[in-house]
Amino acid sequence: MGNVSLYLEMIRIRFLMMLAYRTNYYSGILIYSINIGAYYFLWQAIYGAQDNIAGMSVSQMTTYVAVAWMARAFYFNNIDREIANEIQEGKVAIEMIRPYHYLGVKTMQGLGEGLFRLLFFSVPGMVIIWLAFPIDFSNSLNVWILFFVSIIFAFIVNTQLNLLTGILTFFLLYNTGLIRGKRVIIDLFSGLLLPISFYPLWAQDIMGFLPFQAISYIPSMIFTEGFVGAEVYSALGIQLFWSLFLIIPIQLLWMVARKQLIVQGG
Amino acid sequence: MFYFSIFFQYAAQYLKTRLSYRTDLVIELFSDLLSQAVNLIFILVVFGHTTLLAGWNREEIIFIYGFFLVPYALFSSFFNIWDFNDRYIVKGEMDRVLTRPIHSLFQIVIERMELESMFGAVTGIVIMFYAGSRLGMELSWYDPFVFFVFVVGGAFIYAGIFISLAAISFWSDSKTDIMPMMYNIGNYGRYPVDIYNSVIRFVLTWVLPFAFVGVYPAAFFLGRSEWYGYAFLTPLMGVIFLGLAIFLWNAGVKRYRGAGN
Repeated sequence: MGNVSLYLEMIRIRFLMMLAYRTNYYSGILIYSINIGAYYFLWQAIYGAQDNIAGMSVSQMTTYVAVAWMARAFYFNNIDREIANEIQEGKVAIEMIRPYHYLGVKTMQGLGEGLFRLLFFSVPGMVIIWLAFPIDFSNSLNVWILFFVSIIFAFIVNTQLNLLTGILTFFLLYNTGLIRGKRVIIDLFSGLLLPISFYPLWAQDIMGFLPFQAISYIPSMIFTEGFVGAEVYSALGIQLFWSLFLIIPIQLLWMVARKQLIVQGG
Repeated sequence: MFYFSIFFQYAAQYLKTRLSYRTDLVIELFSDLLSQAVNLIFILVVFGHTTLLAGWNREEIIFIYGFFLVPYALFSSFFNIWDFNDRYIVKGEMDRVLTRPIHSLFQIVIERMELESMFGAVTGIVIMFYAGSRLGMELSWYDPFVFFVFVVGGAFIYAGIFISLAAISFWSDSKTDIMPMMYNIGNYGRYPVDIYNSVIRFVLTWVLPFAFVGVYPAAFFLGRSEWYGYAFLTPLMGVIFLGLAIFLWNAGVKRYRGAGN
């Protein structure tokens, strides 16, 4: 466990790297706000005269949209593309002989990036959005704590899927298509664009068996109190299950990939 | 003429590269189709809960989406400059580009083209015909010509916005992460702009004029005469925005000092 300090250092370095670029993040907040604002009006128009669609009120929906996008700033990272690039450029060979677990390091770098965005992007962004639009923040501390637990799981599951996609570059050699496809699937199936409860029932049934709901739908529903009581804990249970389960394919692929590594350059 | 021959040589080279990694090409075509389907699914799911969106019905919204896909396909085939900052400025690749005998922007366009994105235009036209036939629309002799002009105008607007954003990197070489979000904002031009409040409508019309790549030009074909004025502005806006972007780019290139090693 002497490695813990090493991984913490990875988080710190990536955080500081992002901090060096912070000024431009403020322009990012503005763009994010326009994005959420446009979404807000789109949903207003969709609701029209109805006050309730699929069990969600307009204000719940607005909060859902805002929190889903702000949480995305935390769990989102590009480590799939980073891994793909390092494989293509041959750098991965050097990474593999270093005294740490390559995938662990990538995860920590993603976490450093996520923590940076959470503090410098999501928090100020959320304040601006809260001033501009009628958003309901829960005043129960319990909801906030459960939400933070939930976005940590969201980060884990999303990062695991990124690792899987990245590792597949070992086999496909050129991986832009899969990376793009994965992103589209996550946008749709995670509940970022539409809460899963809006889909037709058969589609909801299918999505219930997939890991993507753990990324956006579950944390956003906890935050908007669309999930209450026992629902919250079973939702967290689903997230926990996927966080553990996805370790299996990652480890398997990683073992096979190391054996058949082809360095394309370097 | 020189530019044409360079363009075709790069295109031929590009096809060879892509065809050598066929699995990825197939996955990519499939994921492009999937991302087009995602937006369609969004519309379908939403209209599962409502019948009209600010007075526009499902088929009309689908038609607008189909139209949008065509200029968007043109744009995404040739203007993959969303990672310009990382790829060219931070890594110093811009130095190489500037030594080439053609205009630096053209050089980047041909280096970064992704011809397979053109399939999006086919999807778009299929969607338009599907929605058009459900709406009982008829095709006039001049429609294809107007369509062509609007599509080029729309692609110019997209290109103009993204080139301008890329050109900012000449002044400030730090990361912005604005580009990916811009792709999202582009989506809002596909919905009737009267659903937004005045600020957002203004932004989508005059600042980031994505409405000219969606609802405005499509309104012409849908016979929504109240929007005709805006529809006919599409090519003009395209020329203005692309012109401004190229101007900004040239000014930026003059300032460029090189950051690589």
